[in-house]
Amino acid sequence: MVATAIAHGHDLNLLGLADTEHEGPAPKRIVTGYGFWIFLLSDMVMFSCFFAAYAVLLGQTAGGPSGAELFNLRSVAVETTCLLLSSFACGMASIAAEVHSHLWFQIAMAVTCVLGLAFLAIEFHEFADLVARGAGPSRSAFLSAFFTLVGCHGMHVSAGTLWLLTMMAQVFAKGFRADIQRRFLCFALFWHALDIIWVAVFSVVYLLGSAV
Amino acid sequence: MFGKLTWAAVPIDQPIPLVAGGVVLVVILAVLVWVVLKGHLPYLWHEWITSVDHKRIGVMYTLLAMVMLLRGFSDAILMRAQQAVAFHSQGFLPPEHYNQIFSAHGTIMIFFVGMPFVIGLMNLVVPLQLGVRDVAFPTLNSVGFWLTATGALLVNVSLVVGEFARTGWLPYPPLSELTYSPGVGVDYYLWSLQISGVGTLVAGINLVTTVLKIRTRGMNYMRMPMFCWTTLASNLLIIAAFPILTATLAMLILDRYFGFHFFTNEAGGNVMMFMNLIWAWGHPEVYILVLPAFGIFSEVVSTFSGKPLFGYRSMVLATMAICVISFMVWLHHFFTMGAGPDVNAIFGIASMIIAVPTGVKIYNWLFTMFAGRIRFATPMLWSIGFMITFIIGGLTGVLVAVPPADFLLHNSLFLVAHFHNVIIGGVLFGAFAGYTYWFPKAFGFRLDERLGMAAFWLWLVGFYVAFMPLYAVGFLGMTRRMQHYDVAEWRPWLMIASVGAIMITVAIAVQVMQLVVSIRNREALRDLTGDPWDGRSLEWATPSPPPVFNFPVLPHVTGEDAYWAMKRRARQEAGARHETDYQPIEMPRNSPTGFVCAFFATVMGFALIWHIWWMVIAGFIGAFATFVVFAWRDHDEYEIPADEVARIDRANLVARRELVTAAGSV
Repeated sequence: MVATAIAHGHDLNLLGLADTEHEGPAPKRIVTGYGFWIFLLSDMVMFSCFFAAYAVLLGQTAGGPSGAELFNLRSVAVETTCLLLSSFACGMASIAAEVHSHLWFQIAMAVTCVLGLAFLAIEFHEFADLVARGAGPSRSAFLSAFFTLVGCHGMHVSAGTLWLLTMMAQVFAKGFRADIQRRFLCFALFWHALDIIWVAVFSVVYLLGSAV
Repeated sequence: MFGKLTWAAVPIDQPIPLVAGGVVLVVILAVLVWVVLKGHLPYLWHEWITSVDHKRIGVMYTLLAMVMLLRGFSDAILMRAQQAVAFHSQGFLPPEHYNQIFSAHGTIMIFFVGMPFVIGLMNLVVPLQLGVRDVAFPTLNSVGFWLTATGALLVNVSLVVGEFARTGWLPYPPLSELTYSPGVGVDYYLWSLQISGVGTLVAGINLVTTVLKIRTRGMNYMRMPMFCWTTLASNLLIIAAFPILTATLAMLILDRYFGFHFFTNEAGGNVMMFMNLIWAWGHPEVYILVLPAFGIFSEVVSTFSGKPLFGYRSMVLATMAICVISFMVWLHHFFTMGAGPDVNAIFGIASMIIAVPTGVKIYNWLFTMFAGRIRFATPMLWSIGFMITFIIGGLTGVLVAVPPADFLLHNSLFLVAHFHNVIIGGVLFGAFAGYTYWFPKAFGFRLDERLGMAAFWLWLVGFYVAFMPLYAVGFLGMTRRMQHYDVAEWRPWLMIASVGAIMITVAIAVQVMQLVVSIRNREALRDLTGDPWDGRSLEWATPSPPPVFNFPVLPHVTGEDAYWAMKRRARQEAGARHETDYQPIEMPRNSPTGFVCAFFATVMGFALIWHIWWMVIAGFIGAFATFVVFAWRDHDEYEIPADEVARIDRANLVARRELVTAAGSV
């Protein structure tokens, strides 16, 4: 708290060090973005619980397969590439939204969407394959934690895709209005946050899990 | 078609829940019929149900809390009555019903009384104290409230359709797993909390953003009223802690619905992980509830002592210290589960350390009162009652924070006495203080003081009579949640405790009476000045009730106790007229989004509990469609013309000038 306040130079008077006055309510764009950041933080807290559960249950394979026997790092690498590229495409959509370019916005969003769906397809395939091999989530506590953590991220990507399509429709119907720009800002934050979480999933679940 | 739902779900053979449910249903229907017949429905819809005004939403939260208090308290009476008679006998409640009652009591009191009460008061007061027109996200605020109401509704539905959990207010596995709780009780618990948890998270995000980003000019952090600081701390805790609850309950849901193995006995599940996770949320939750109460006491003590809060800076520091340390003590809830002496020692010491900032606060309140001109109005009585009661509760807390002592007292009635001591003495007394203190601000008339004082004394004495015996009987070895017993030494203490419960019943009846009498005498109790208590913070600068936009012109704050300074300046300038430059004001439009969304959430929650999958999908589509429709609207604000603002404000100024002149002549 104090650290964030110090980071914002104008709030230094939290410590009684400066005489600058608070300037009044922040503009809407700041307020919306700030609120959404806080939501993302809470989402990260939720993910950290699933990470913790995964760490606790990692060795609890109940005689079933372990991560090293199950994970196919090649397909996970493709998955990761898809998601990172989709984040890049989402960044392009942000730039297009800033310069009010309808065409490029829709193209960039469509690319984001396709890459997101590709990610989901690969993940779905991986899950289906595991279940078919008898390594479904009810096989062991380890697999329960694995499916929940990775699946929760997948659910977020699915929800993000639904949001993405709604965003495309909205920009198409209403143009780059201020409130829609704010909404898009939140979407972009959400999509990038999913990337950050995926980097953690990739490292903790797949890389460390394959090493065990 | 209807999943697990059959006619067998309605407990025809159990008279108590059936009659209770029937009475509730009749009351609800009667109110509905009255509302419709009297033609109040359009008013309710336009002015309350679809309102996105933080004051209205705050009032609705508080109302929900008070209604649920009656429900939760009737559970308490049943338990006290059962334990008074169930000596060498089965009493009048069979075990499976008794277990539902103590589970429902705890769940309701924490999630649907404590939470909505403090969130309601924060919603009502914080934007006013910050000198602004609304919270950061008004429509989201409404969504949050209605989702909380959905949770409360589902808990009450369990009374007549199916059953509630029999696991205690925290559903410890493996008891709560499908193997040992095959019914829908735990599912009712899980889905009501998941849905209302979303509402709470939304409220938390909203209030944090409001305090950090929406303050009036000059409202620096170190000028904020104490209640705003405790609101900030409490909502930061919501943001950091509630996702843990969501994740933990989600894991239990996956275990129950899809055969996962997070907390099961077989396939490597880990029961201890549930205890750790749930208390990593559960301990901060205690502070989520009590910190706003601390803020209320700070406001009340300072106002009724006629002095600025003593040690404001140390109070801020203590609040934020509690906010952080509250995350480092969770293990003290299960010292007995064998984490080892080192771990227990660390958590025991951390638990004792948290008493230090709390002690700082107590001293600050005492020094605020010291040499002050204290007025013993009802809010002040609650505050003093709180200080004494809370110190006792805090000290017994330090006692059970000592691991060896905890090994003796764990899960005994000593523990039950301890947490009621801090939650009733801290949170509930705080909520009642805030309710009495801000009631005139919300409605424009005061509550009857005489009945308020009677209620206070009945509550205070009733509390001691009801709970001090539980400390004793805990020392005598009685464990919590006993449906019957055959130890003769316990009996007299439990009889005394039930007398206390009767006194609290009378206290609550007096509170209901107070509300009714005050509404009837509202003309005599009318607050024309907007400042009935000679207050110090900005909420008292507005008329009672405040106009929808709160402040015609956002105030410019120059120091602590902003309104006190304004009053002093106005007196010095002795009625010098400042011509205000009124501007048109943009306010958010009302929206049914919250209500409609909660409707679909209720459908979805009910369907999930009973495994009616088509209805789950229908509910989800409905909720999503609601959001899209909301996102599609073109006009989300309306303008109040400058003339209208001026007209409303001038009327207020006249009343206020009279007050200043009157006070100046004293």
